[in-house]
Amino acid sequence: MESWRNNRFLFWLLTLPGAFWLALFFVAPLSVLWVYSFGAKSGITDIEITGTALNYLRALDPVYFQIMWKSLWISAIATFVCLVLAYPIAFAICFAPTRWKPVLLLITILPFWINLLIRTYALMAVFRTNGFVNQTLGGAWNFFDGLFTGGSFPYQPLQLLYNDGSVIAGLVYVYLPFMVLPLYATIERLDKSYLEASLDLGASQFRTLMSVTVPLTMPGIISGVLLVFIPCLGAFLTPALLGGANAIMIGNVIEAQFKSANDWPFGAALSFILIYATFGALALRWVLTRKSQGEGA
Amino acid sequence: MTAEARPAPGLRRFWPAALPQGPLDYGRRLWMRVLLASVFLFLYAPIAVLIAFSFNDSKRNIVWQGFTLKYYAVAWNNADLFDAMTNSLIIAAVSTLFATVIGAMVGLQLWRFRFPFKGAYEGFMALPIVIPEITLGVSLMAFFFKLGWMTTDLGWPFNLFPIIIAHIAFCFPFVAIVVRSRMVGFNMQLEEASKDLGASQWQTFRHVLLPYMKPGLIAGALLAFTLSLDDFVITYFTSGPGSVTFPVKVFSMVRRGVTPDINAASTVLIVITVVATVLAMKMQAPDKTGKGQ
Repeated sequence: MESWRNNRFLFWLLTLPGAFWLALFFVAPLSVLWVYSFGAKSGITDIEITGTALNYLRALDPVYFQIMWKSLWISAIATFVCLVLAYPIAFAICFAPTRWKPVLLLITILPFWINLLIRTYALMAVFRTNGFVNQTLGGAWNFFDGLFTGGSFPYQPLQLLYNDGSVIAGLVYVYLPFMVLPLYATIERLDKSYLEASLDLGASQFRTLMSVTVPLTMPGIISGVLLVFIPCLGAFLTPALLGGANAIMIGNVIEAQFKSANDWPFGAALSFILIYATFGALALRWVLTRKSQGEGA
Repeated sequence: MTAEARPAPGLRRFWPAALPQGPLDYGRRLWMRVLLASVFLFLYAPIAVLIAFSFNDSKRNIVWQGFTLKYYAVAWNNADLFDAMTNSLIIAAVSTLFATVIGAMVGLQLWRFRFPFKGAYEGFMALPIVIPEITLGVSLMAFFFKLGWMTTDLGWPFNLFPIIIAHIAFCFPFVAIVVRSRMVGFNMQLEEASKDLGASQWQTFRHVLLPYMKPGLIAGALLAFTLSLDDFVITYFTSGPGSVTFPVKVFSMVRRGVTPDINAASTVLIVITVVATVLAMKMQAPDKTGKGQ
């Protein structure tokens, strides 16, 4: 690596296009939005920048506060389910025979590359009232019902879509690969002799997991949790398709402000609450990783 | 490591519990394998069902009635869907080109130079990856409205520009990461040798650096292509009535219900992205030829 002073021309040549693009099409739009969040609607399309904080205060209104709270706990549950599922998967991949590892990793990551919308749609088709899950359950139910009671209790399809559970399932389905990858990366680097030592010294598998493996893989856990939690919090597509009218998250409120309700300043304020929450989570990670590094040293 | 033992003959091969296990042979525990299999089933079964039923000769999409390609014809002849797919491919191609060039430059810069506030600059470059997509989407929407690009009809294909600009902005940081991680393995002595032998800076770049960078460039470009082709949230907010992309079109169709022609169109998109991804991963795999080491 050389100092930028050695070759100023090349440095600026390589720097300017990217910096320019981000300044113009990333920083500028976010600034516009940030300014709007302190404005008020003064016409159908006009926004007057009044410096008011009313838009942020309005977010505390019980209706919206409840939705934000719901977004938080739905994201938290989805993240937790991802963690519980992903940890053993990452473990299994790490301890799989070498020739299987790339294949297992590939099939873990591949769904992530398939269009988010298509995956959500696929889930809809499986969960809907006459979808696959209900068909299979119904077939089994009616078979045994016919066998034992002569068909007096016909199957009632389960309402699997349009509730909080389906949104959580959808988020887990979509973001699980995000959790597996960082966990895999840290478990793979973990010195396995620690585990052997712990087991040799008489700790049970569970004790080894809780007191050795989990603390040592904490950075991966934190990264994975953030990688899943942040997009879950801002999710808009999953609740829109799988949640219906019952499971609205903050992303859906933002979308409504910009597309149908046409209250941009309020939508801007909500978007920035989302950004502040993201920065808060990133700051927390910074603190936590420093702490866990401090303990490890 | 005990995890890698000889394959056991016969039945034992399929019944791992029959093998003697070391305490660390987690990959061999039966419950672990069952869990792995069920999670993969959860991940793939819906997609497999979607693909299978794009070939099903039934409108209701539940029971297998026989093989047909007619829904592919229906999707192909759906003018709106076809236009949306064309738009998506044009947007993906143009933004890939720009994102790859800009991203490669950023990647090279971060790999090559030391400069003040580098850590902060790296964080800045990663921001488009970190910021919630919906916030980026609505901010670009507000911005393009402010510029008047959304209210006046620019006419096709110029009405695709806002979307292309947005896609370049969120794609090139990914390209930069891929290119930079590729360049980390580059042996700087090769560059010195090239210069010692009298090559100019441009010749060195063209004949020494660029060939080494090529797999990273291709992987980055494929990544940008799939990211752009797949993007729904940001495109949803930056597209106008004349610039609908494939995912945005499918979203409006899906809201009205599940139909086999959406399955057919989705299958086509899945095939495109999976092929691009597998190619990109092949490219990203560590160089085994030892070139440049």
